[in-house]
Amino acid sequence: MKARSVSEAVERIPEEASLMIGGFMGVGTPERLIDELVRQGKRGLTVIANDTAMPGRGIGKLISAGLVARTIVSHIGLNPETQKQMIAGTLAVDLVPQGTLIERIRAAGHGLGGVLTPTGVGTLVEEGKQVIEVDGRAYLLEIALRADFALVHAMMADYFGNLRYALTARNFNPVIALAADTCIATADHIVPVGVIPPDDVMTPAPVVDVLVANS
Amino acid sequence: MEPQIIIARRIALELRDHMLVNLGIGIPTLVANFVPKDLHVYFQSENGLIGTGPVPEEGMAHPMLTDAGGRSVGALPGACTFDSAFSFGLIRGGHVDMTVLGGLQVDQHGRLANWMIPGKMVPGMGGAMDLVTGAKRVVVAMQHTARSAPKIVKRLTLPLTSMRPIDLLVTELATIGFPDGRATLLETAPGVDVATVIAATEAELIIADGIREMPT
Repeated sequence: MKARSVSEAVERIPEEASLMIGGFMGVGTPERLIDELVRQGKRGLTVIANDTAMPGRGIGKLISAGLVARTIVSHIGLNPETQKQMIAGTLAVDLVPQGTLIERIRAAGHGLGGVLTPTGVGTLVEEGKQVIEVDGRAYLLEIALRADFALVHAMMADYFGNLRYALTARNFNPVIALAADTCIATADHIVPVGVIPPDDVMTPAPVVDVLVANS
Repeated sequence: MEPQIIIARRIALELRDHMLVNLGIGIPTLVANFVPKDLHVYFQSENGLIGTGPVPEEGMAHPMLTDAGGRSVGALPGACTFDSAFSFGLIRGGHVDMTVLGGLQVDQHGRLANWMIPGKMVPGMGGAMDLVTGAKRVVVAMQHTARSAPKIVKRLTLPLTSMRPIDLLVTELATIGFPDGRATLLETAPGVDVATVIAATEAELIIADGIREMPT
């Protein structure tokens, strides 16, 4: 693992890239990568995440800076700026049930074509999707969802890139880490190898491509 | 008593020892304030926590310990944390014993609309569709009417949350169950008579034999 500066890490991300970003209402979001995306002005991004946080926090900063063209999320209720851009037609918003969204991402990361879920059957979510019956129960076929980059935030990373998350800041992070071509991680603490006990490693080093160095 | 408190106290009586319970934002969150003293209830926050505890004292909040609304919370002894895929595995997989959610409309068969008002309010469904589809028991907490317009209706005019009907509806006026898929008045709030409930309800209400006063 070679640690990169935050500017080098973000230089690898082209405009119009698709990004999966960890965090739940901004908790567990790699803020340094977000700030650097705004500083470098990467435009036309597709953002796949649980939510768009709120203005001034996490993904909310990308939305407010006008860098996001499309977002696939489960909730935008606490970010009026997302709603404003959606109504103005400058931001495409795909709303997906939270359990379906994370499972589509998990499917991609685990090499599956998709999943069958009962969630959304008979609702607006069903539109345009295949309904498959298994043992007499109806399920929607929800296809796998991948991205170019996964941007994750951990509480702790060791020099190899093993990651450990804290409390509710884990959320989407370990799942998106597997579902993108390149996984870029930030951490609150970078520690020597061995400090994170094997049982506590939540994302193993081989799936982390870039660790952002302390500045 | 305020309507929200009447509703939250009544729903708290549905809690049983060792239940795993998910509380939505708004009135449902208040249910945690009225857990009967002798019960141990596990509260799940779908952002990845079982054992959600009271909001910590000023200055004691941890920025990485929050509920599904992003608010700082505490964690009770025995709490555990996990990722979102696991969290929704618990929900869809039928491991959550009870979920309490807010509602915009409930129809006379117990079907719920609670995630959007087309053209007006499009916050996204978050975890609501998974919770209603997967939890063992679904309880809805909502005010009986919205600016005197009925919310308990014959037919939903707002988008459905899930085909799965709810099990219990508690408002500040009444407790309504759905045996055999038909809205049935079970309890009226103290000081509220049956005629008042019927007048505030558009749905056809079956009146149960031996209606009780809502315990609070």
